[in-house]
Amino acid sequence: MSALATPAETPALSVQSLTTVFQTPKGPVRAVDAVSFDVMPGEVLGLVGESGSGKSVTLRSLMGLIHAPAQVSGRVLWQGADILAMPKKALRRVRGGEVAMIFQEPMTALNPVLKVRVQIEENLAAHSQLDARQRRARAIELLDLVGIPAAERRLEDYPHQFSGGMRQRVMIAIALASNPKLLLADEPTTALDVTIQDQILKLILDLRDEFAMSVVFVTHDLGVVAGTCDRMAVMYAGRIVESGTVAEIFARPHHPYTRGLLGSVPRGGAERTMLTSIEGTPPSLAVIPQGCAFHPRCAYAVEHCVAKRPALERIGLGRMVACFREAEVAAAGAPV
Amino acid sequence: MSAMTNHPGAPLISVEALEKRFAMRQTIVGRIAGRLPLAVHALNGVDLAVHRGETLGIVGESGCGKSTLARCLVRLLEPNEGRVRFEGRDIGELRGGERRAFNRRVQMIFQDPYSSLNPRMTVRQILGEALSVHRMRPKAEIPVRIAELLDLVRLPQDAAGRYPHEFSGGQRQRIGIARALAVEPDVLVADELVSALDVSVQAQVVNLLLQLQDELQLTIVFVAHDLRLVRHISHRVAVMYLGKVIEIGPTEALFSAPRHPYTMALLDAAPELDPGRRTRRAATRGELPSPVDLPGGCLFNTRCPHVFERCQVERPLLAERGGDHRAACHLADFGTPAFEPSFTAAEPA
Repeated sequence: MSALATPAETPALSVQSLTTVFQTPKGPVRAVDAVSFDVMPGEVLGLVGESGSGKSVTLRSLMGLIHAPAQVSGRVLWQGADILAMPKKALRRVRGGEVAMIFQEPMTALNPVLKVRVQIEENLAAHSQLDARQRRARAIELLDLVGIPAAERRLEDYPHQFSGGMRQRVMIAIALASNPKLLLADEPTTALDVTIQDQILKLILDLRDEFAMSVVFVTHDLGVVAGTCDRMAVMYAGRIVESGTVAEIFARPHHPYTRGLLGSVPRGGAERTMLTSIEGTPPSLAVIPQGCAFHPRCAYAVEHCVAKRPALERIGLGRMVACFREAEVAAAGAPV
Repeated sequence: MSAMTNHPGAPLISVEALEKRFAMRQTIVGRIAGRLPLAVHALNGVDLAVHRGETLGIVGESGCGKSTLARCLVRLLEPNEGRVRFEGRDIGELRGGERRAFNRRVQMIFQDPYSSLNPRMTVRQILGEALSVHRMRPKAEIPVRIAELLDLVRLPQDAAGRYPHEFSGGQRQRIGIARALAVEPDVLVADELVSALDVSVQAQVVNLLLQLQDELQLTIVFVAHDLRLVRHISHRVAVMYLGKVIEIGPTEALFSAPRHPYTMALLDAAPELDPGRRTRRAATRGELPSPVDLPGGCLFNTRCPHVFERCQVERPLLAERGGDHRAACHLADFGTPAFEPSFTAAEPA
């Protein structure tokens, strides 16, 4: 595993001040606000947050999937070139090619009226030089690779003939058809049962090793992050509030929101005790609180937090946090 | 039911050999060919007991029958075979006033706080309707009781005049809980109570439920797919697979030493919250068989890493494993130090 990249290594993907603004009848909504992060080659980065935190919009924005009148600004450097400024033709080669994406709902992401074979071959035709016969052979290989039994026979089936877990495998097979170097996964296991989720997560990790891919994993499930990601970035109200290696953040969160999230998940051994929940609910992106967006729910908030928004600052090697009170939060340790 | 030494007295609810099938629409070809209509076998002989004051967790993956069981418990569904007894009486035979009393004493809270509250009624009307239908209070006292209920679920008093859409998901779930508690029930059946909520809000609702149980001496049947949550909240846990309870026991025993291979697989598959304890091997192979065409023998035999001949011909009974713990597996010593697997699941590739 090239998991923990040395700082000298150049990132495969570098997102710089990505900002996405939607125009709504009630005024502009900043769904993603100056988000920056790097993904190293072969690394799995978890983008964590609750509903409305901007994690999915971040993923779509950096792929150039958000269209006008929404405004996307900032830079998304993929192997040195800015995806957001690319001409259409170059973008088409990168998107779905070197950078592939899988979604939460395989039933809506797959075309219901096309056979699975056609959908895999479509990607092969767009991103490879294979002829028709080779494409078919490769499609069988891919279905086999993602663990679909009787791959040759299933090739002629339609998406509705597959179970939820198998559909997700089909979507992964389509994504892999172009030999991607980066896989963007938007809650790919949220709709699945726990035993099937486990199978899919292990599959993605195996494929990461086999194809030397980087993976960006959008999820709200901290268990998934703990089990699969190397580094994580926690999002709240459109911004990254904390980032670092998964091991470090779980052991010692520096942001009160991260700490609250970790405390909200029940752990074995403390049955029927009160969980350290976070008061209130995540804010609507249309009315983000002044100062630190988290202050109305924060147990550590002081006057300063209401007046001023903390910047995301480096507190150690590869470790960033946006909180005026990070030292106090860190001193409290991980929730039990 | 056999005697349970640590639960004095008869169980509050007992479920006996419960079966529920849902008939599928027959195809024209099938009708002409004279084939028997197909059915989804949602419950295939469920036995369990719920004791007064406890939280029984019911856990399983989608299609295991846990929601069907919950609906049978409150008599939203009539079983095809078997019965549900409440204080010893078959709830299918209750009529008139007795049935109304049962309907009041056993309340259900639903998963989706968006579709289970009438969007055209204010919170005051929603709670008031429950109070007046069951004649809980004279009309004049209803406003006071509504105020009490809002306090009980930690909602502000001005919530009474508002409509469900004005609340967040977590607050709506509190309204659902208040509505259930309005009629002073003995039992709450909560079907995926917090699954639709954000993690931080889930914790608030779970904390509320724990507090309410202590304050009101409630009996709770907590149906969920989230193992961590069920473990946190339950005194005892029943694990379901394809419409059967395959293991049931005290929470601590069941989670620390599961006695059924499926429970073990489920626990292994649940993501650990500890990044230091990762595995790279998937806990199970294959997927859930169709509930239309159930496997013969043990229902788990198509996915079990420890399967042997007997599993394919004989369905194991839910048998005592000591300490109020039962499992339905032919390998009686599975999960004990004495157990020696005949072979282990494939090593990581």
